[in-house]
Amino acid sequence: MELLIQIIFVLISTLILGAAVMVVRTRNVIHSALWLIASFFGIGALYLLLEAEFLAIAQVLIYVGAISVLILFAIMLTHNVTSGEGHKFYQRWWLALLVSLMLFAVILVPTLVGQDWTITARPSEESAIAGAVEMGTAFMREYLLPFEIAAVLLLVALTGAIVIAYEERAQRRRILTLAQELALRKQQQQNHAEE
Amino acid sequence: MINAVPLSAVLTIAAALFCIGLFGAMSRRNAVSILMGVELMLNSVNINLVAFWRYLQPDLITGQVFAIFVITVAAAEAAVGLAMVIAIYRSRQTVYIDTVDSMKG
Amino acid sequence: MDDIVVQVLIMLVQVVVLVLAISTGFAYLTLFERRLLARMQNRVGPNRAGPGGFLQPAADAVKLFFKEDVIPTLVDRGVYLLAPALAVIPALLIWAVIPFGCLNIAGDYQACFADPATNPNLHNIFQLADIDIGVLYLLAITSIGVYGITLAGWASNSKYAMLGGIRASAQLISYELALSSAVLAAVMMAGTLSTHEVIYQQMTMWFVIPQLLGFVLFLISGTAELVRAPFDLVEAEQELTSGYNAEYGSMKFALFFMSEYIKMIAISAIAVTLYLGGWNAPGLELLGSLMTGMAGPLVGSIAVGLASFLVFLVKVVLILFLFVWMRASWPRVRYDKLMYMGWKWLLPLALLNVAMTAVFVVVLPDALIHSVALFVASLVVMAVAYVVSSRVKPAPSRSRIKMVQPEVPRRPSS
Repeated sequence: MELLIQIIFVLISTLILGAAVMVVRTRNVIHSALWLIASFFGIGALYLLLEAEFLAIAQVLIYVGAISVLILFAIMLTHNVTSGEGHKFYQRWWLALLVSLMLFAVILVPTLVGQDWTITARPSEESAIAGAVEMGTAFMREYLLPFEIAAVLLLVALTGAIVIAYEERAQRRRILTLAQELALRKQQQQNHAEE
Repeated sequence: MINAVPLSAVLTIAAALFCIGLFGAMSRRNAVSILMGVELMLNSVNINLVAFWRYLQPDLITGQVFAIFVITVAAAEAAVGLAMVIAIYRSRQTVYIDTVDSMKG
Repeated sequence: MDDIVVQVLIMLVQVVVLVLAISTGFAYLTLFERRLLARMQNRVGPNRAGPGGFLQPAADAVKLFFKEDVIPTLVDRGVYLLAPALAVIPALLIWAVIPFGCLNIAGDYQACFADPATNPNLHNIFQLADIDIGVLYLLAITSIGVYGITLAGWASNSKYAMLGGIRASAQLISYELALSSAVLAAVMMAGTLSTHEVIYQQMTMWFVIPQLLGFVLFLISGTAELVRAPFDLVEAEQELTSGYNAEYGSMKFALFFMSEYIKMIAISAIAVTLYLGGWNAPGLELLGSLMTGMAGPLVGSIAVGLASFLVFLVKVVLILFLFVWMRASWPRVRYDKLMYMGWKWLLPLALLNVAMTAVFVVVLPDALIHSVALFVASLVVMAVAYVVSSRVKPAPSRSRIKMVQPEVPRRPSS
């Protein structure tokens, strides 16, 4: 049984990390978003393994079902066919690599040595694990204020996103022909260039 | 799970994920790719929260609640961030953030 | 250790049988739909292959199998091949938590009808997994169904497919909100997220009565989620040839087709589980006690299992009939009207329904009284919504828009 869990854990972590590496090194942005989805799935599976079922489903529902769709949408809306791909990395990407590797080393050392991670008495396997019911109660009792603040945050983000991405074309009172649309855009670009 | 896999293994996975995300956020030119890197970092934080909850205090719900709040913030961040990317694209026809540099002195 | 092996074997058999049954169900659903549509349109429908067209699905399958498998040159190969699988897999995954009957192999039919909180002695082989958060699982799996369509549209590298894919993803994520809010109200009535327990809570009264508004909203947004007529402008033939699957042929097209119909059965099954009492029907318990008295507990539980499966099937077919009826009755809606309806009518109504349910359940603790009150309130809300929506002029801002005539440069008259 324990061997089985270990094998599953290794498979899941390979999926998470492999997909994450593909996210940062794939050239095509859409492919990179697909690898991101795979990575999110792996993380959801890890939550299942850690017996956080509610969180696993929430991960699939929110990250895979909503945020990734949003990312795909943004990529499709901003995919510039004419400008070509260009370089995907900065010139000094190796510096970023160096910083990341060093950070990894810095985190890893205290994680593996000098700590045996038994801060409190470890509860036995059979003891009650908090689930969806406890979580619902917690949200309505001790975490009520953060819960409400999160709701307000979501509302603000929703409104903000609409205001920022609102296209001015939708505000116009009349529909332009394609030629007029192009002329207008050309003029706008000229204005930009003059600025 | 908690008998078969040590906590430090889960923490190592999360740390590696964080660093991969950091590399992505620092090195890619495409604004959407940067956002993807940030999402990976937030997810690694969530893995840590859930792991600490499961291994150290499974009878309290705090770790999971925190993870839910992180997910909420990530959702808000993704929505606003992508809206900004779209707005920038609309006025500049580019999503490469090093070409959006008109504030440069 | 042997115990685990046996359990895994049982589960494997369940999964294989379930997938085969659903595929057969899908095949005959197409026949059902075509014959029914034909009747509604005064035609005959496919009746040549076999008695009454009974072999038509087999003929269709053979035809699709033997078509040439073309992959267009400029597609994004990996994603193009991945997309049909991504469409079918969620449609099949939905079935994991739906109880389509109650056959207790422990040999005690009463466990099906007992409170699941106090009576864990139930091994229902007509449900793959009874997890605590089954309803949430359903929503999560429904929400990942959008990828197959979106990616198919993008990977095909074609304008029509791309437009169809974009339309589909916008439509799916918009209607998902109304769908989840409608489901939320039913979950609030039941007080649990487990699908088996939701059915147990409906032993006395089906949720379709207190949640009438929720049921109607669920059906409408479910139809939109399935991208079926009248919301099928993802594949509007007149504008988009056939939308996201325009570049797909043979088996790959068949997979998209299959996922659409399997999802249709699944949405019907979810509607039955959440609103129509699932596999339960009055008289099942009596049947169980009669058969147990006559031939022992094992026969009793098998009889209850088969009868409950039959009841479930009948209810699902009724909802499927409704879907086909809708397709035959209404023309396709315009895209902006679809969005208008989803965001400005269905979502507010669903939220109102959630608030209404919460208030009534808390203020009137008696189950019968708050159910009746909710039923009346649902009727009132629907009547008001109907009157208001028929008074509102269609998209009033549009009247101020003037079409501008393009200035045609005059030709030199030479």
